[in-house]
Amino acid sequence: MKKTPLYNSHIALGAKMSPFAGFEMPLQYGGIIKEHGAARGGAAVFDTCHMGEFRVCGGAAVRDLERVLSCDVADLRVGACRYGFMCNAGGGVMDDLIIYRMAESEFMLVVNAGTADGDFEWLAANVTGGTSLENISEKTGKIDINGPAAPKIVASMMSGPVTGLKYYGFAKNSCRGGEVIVSRTGYTGEIGFEIYCGADTVMDLWDDCIGRGAVPAGLGARDVLRLEMGYPLYGHELTAERCAAQAGFPRAVSRKKEFIGSDRVLDPAAAGQTLAGIALDGRRAARHGDALASQDGKTVGVVTSGSFSPALGFAVALAYVDNVFSDIGTELRVISGKTEIPGKICELPFYKNATARSDINLYL
Amino acid sequence: MTPDDLKYSKTHEWARADGDVATVGITDHAQDTLGDITFVEPPKVGAALRKGGEAGVIESVKAASDLLSPVSGEVLSVNGALSSAPEAINSEPYGAGWLFTVKMTDKAELGTLMDAAAYNKFVETEG
Repeated sequence: MKKTPLYNSHIALGAKMSPFAGFEMPLQYGGIIKEHGAARGGAAVFDTCHMGEFRVCGGAAVRDLERVLSCDVADLRVGACRYGFMCNAGGGVMDDLIIYRMAESEFMLVVNAGTADGDFEWLAANVTGGTSLENISEKTGKIDINGPAAPKIVASMMSGPVTGLKYYGFAKNSCRGGEVIVSRTGYTGEIGFEIYCGADTVMDLWDDCIGRGAVPAGLGARDVLRLEMGYPLYGHELTAERCAAQAGFPRAVSRKKEFIGSDRVLDPAAAGQTLAGIALDGRRAARHGDALASQDGKTVGVVTSGSFSPALGFAVALAYVDNVFSDIGTELRVISGKTEIPGKICELPFYKNATARSDINLYL
Repeated sequence: MTPDDLKYSKTHEWARADGDVATVGITDHAQDTLGDITFVEPPKVGAALRKGGEAGVIESVKAASDLLSPVSGEVLSVNGALSSAPEAINSEPYGAGWLFTVKMTDKAELGTLMDAAAYNKFVETEG
């Protein structure tokens, strides 16, 4: 089992640790509800050092990445990043990722920990000789800090300003004399940042965030926060077996180009089911793998994620549902073990008051 | 932390006997292991429970587990406040977080449960 550079801090903070994607990661510290509340109402800081980072550069990088990724690459500005998929030939999702344009011909891809090695091999097999690839995961440290109090905390830590950062924008900055990349992105729906630094300096950054009032939060809270936003989690909503056409997320998929898998991803016939949000009656949670039944008892889908939502006070779930049953308001039943939980297809995100897209100046 | 006046099961429920009636809850160790509790399905009033048999469901953010009854008997009442505020089980597992009361059919079953000292030892050795 691998450990991140912040492992000793997690133990010192009394975290409950849990294996995740080959790493021993903090599941929770003071409790998932409290950590969730910190992200929605204050600031939560997450260890995301386990994630993978690749550097891709060279004169052919744009052309190669256009072919390997589902999102547009050429029109991405230097200093901006974008969400996209890496698909296999059948249109299945090998990974979801964020691509950063560092310079005209230089990119950073940020990928999931569990899929990083396979992603790198796939990239190496699918780029041309003029493109150089480097796996910088080991030497890169990363923390996420999100919540309405995050901008003030991060602004006070950085030598340069963060005021100019728009949603999905990033810039180099420095902290304690070390160079960092501050990106206005995250996985909670709240305003804040993903901060990239050296693996050897990430502990100082982490301690500094906590010292300035950010609450350390684990994977448990992170999962609930992303679910309330309807964000997908690789291995649940996104898998190599399910075509990206069904996942939705239209901004992640370009309709203007050909990419590996695009003939399937852009074929409407490939999308027999749709990823949908379901608001359940009451607090009881649906779980990954539970079946969905129509009112007349027919199986019409499968739950990919489910949890009680602390922000809403009832349980929510993401599920793949047959297209004809995916209209907003459609009443369905989750078959969860011996019980049935009634629910209704609803609009995403489940939680509508998140701050990620707000003007940063309102929070400084 | 573990009250002396209660009896404890190996499945981490407690029972407080008052005559023929036992009040039942889950232990501090159990609530701590589950984490923030978000949902409780108590047994139905009038239901006949068996010692060690299913008595309902408890869910936390990350886990769902069966609730077992530490004694046999008929359910007299359930703690209705938990349906909207199950977090009372986390904050007061031996008080406001009680789950249900049972009219016991065999008080001798209490003798097969652990006292506080034995339960503490059990939790320690169980790891």
